[in-house]
Amino acid sequence: MTDQTRIPAVEIARLEKCYGPLKVLHDVSLTAQPGEVISILGASGSGKSTLLRCVNMLEVPNAGTVSIFGEAYRLDQRPDQPARVVDRRQLQRLRSQATMVFQSFNLWSHLTILENLIEAPVHVQGRDRKACIAEAEALLERVGIADKRHAYPAHLSGGQQQRAAIARALAMHPKIMLFDEPTSALDPELVAEVLKVMRDLAAEGRTMLVVTHEMGFARDVSSRVVFLHKGYIEEDGTPADVFSHPRSERFRQFISTHAH
Amino acid sequence: MNLFDIPFLVDNFLALCRGIPLTLQLTVLSVSSGAVLAMLLAGLRLSGNRVLDGLARGYIFVFRGTPLLVQLYIIYYGLSQFPELRRSFAWPFLREPYWCASLALCLNTAAYSAEIIRGGVIAVPLGQIEAAKAYGMGRLTLLRRIIAPQALRLMLPAYSNELILVVKSTALASTITMMEVTGIAAKLISASYRPVEIFICAGAIYLLLNFSITRLLRFFEHRLSRDQRPHVVATGEQA
Repeated sequence: MTDQTRIPAVEIARLEKCYGPLKVLHDVSLTAQPGEVISILGASGSGKSTLLRCVNMLEVPNAGTVSIFGEAYRLDQRPDQPARVVDRRQLQRLRSQATMVFQSFNLWSHLTILENLIEAPVHVQGRDRKACIAEAEALLERVGIADKRHAYPAHLSGGQQQRAAIARALAMHPKIMLFDEPTSALDPELVAEVLKVMRDLAAEGRTMLVVTHEMGFARDVSSRVVFLHKGYIEEDGTPADVFSHPRSERFRQFISTHAH
Repeated sequence: MNLFDIPFLVDNFLALCRGIPLTLQLTVLSVSSGAVLAMLLAGLRLSGNRVLDGLARGYIFVFRGTPLLVQLYIIYYGLSQFPELRRSFAWPFLREPYWCASLALCLNTAAYSAEIIRGGVIAVPLGQIEAAKAYGMGRLTLLRRIIAPQALRLMLPAYSNELILVVKSTALASTITMMEVTGIAAKLISASYRPVEIFICAGAIYLLLNFSITRLLRFFEHRLSRDQRPHVVATGEQA
């Protein structure tokens, strides 16, 4: 292939994030090549969700850069004032390329499932409504909730809502998908249906960054595992490597407490 | 007093009905202009700017904290004390009791409505706003497509309360010579000395008006809350 393959999908360089005096990310660097599925693990408070939220600037880092396919977010990171995004148009463009799936689904409750799927493609990307509807119906078919297209989010189970939210993310034609603990709010019996959809996406060669507590997913599906502790990356490698030869003592403890 | 003097009741009821257009005009004029002002005030309250927020807070503090009657008197009797105002373009309006009453009602309802709107907006779940941002929505699209529809539904019960209060508050316009329902009632009483019958008729008119308004708003509320009712699957059978 050409140069295209050598441009990283996501490049995080020397990232720092503070909340007042509390520093939650220390000099974090992480590069995701196109097609990589990276599981980000860590105890609560380790900074893993913050790291993911820096990729689409729901949190703006105080230092360091984030690039999406080689294009860095333009940020104002002067000291002694809150970090902020400078270029709102660029922000909106990059965000629609790296869509996020949330722990609590965050479907828009006043819209039907189908309307949820076409909302951003029509009103953000300006695509043709009819084409979007046809595509949305195919996506709902794919995640197995085509019969719910005219229902409202409140009428669905958690697992169905999360599958709808994944379909909503796919409807944007994202180059990158960000998953922020997508199964943590689900009842145990509903986790499998969501993980299955995610496994299929990973198998398609999509670039995915997944903050998760699902060790099985991290071990079997991801191409790389990153472990965060107190805002530092303590492990970074292939699942086989990291799980069989953990270098960090804390990761060893983490695995033993999360082994089912 | 004779509550069963039907011809007298009917005559006076019909006479009072001639005040309904003015009562409705005052209501519609003040509610619509008040809603625009309220949105502006709510915007300032939610701006995150301390100066703008403070301005809106001050406005709301004053107009919620003082009687509407006092506000009405200040506008109607008080403004003419300023010669600059008497010479200004606004004077043709501000010397008319009609515009003074509308203005007082507008300024007053705006203060209450601003807080109702603010309540509706902050009740929209943050996660849904965050999702909209994460999907690349700009501020205007976010406001128009996600926040406004949900805030409207959330604020409707409180706002219908405010509408009813405005309808009743128009009665105060009678104190500055307006011949709306209450104004006509006062005139009929001074001619007949039968306040009980006439005020009961006037009260009935306000009841009817407010009944229609609550019905209308309940209809809107029902239409806007489809997502909160159980999902009915179309089966092709008659329910």
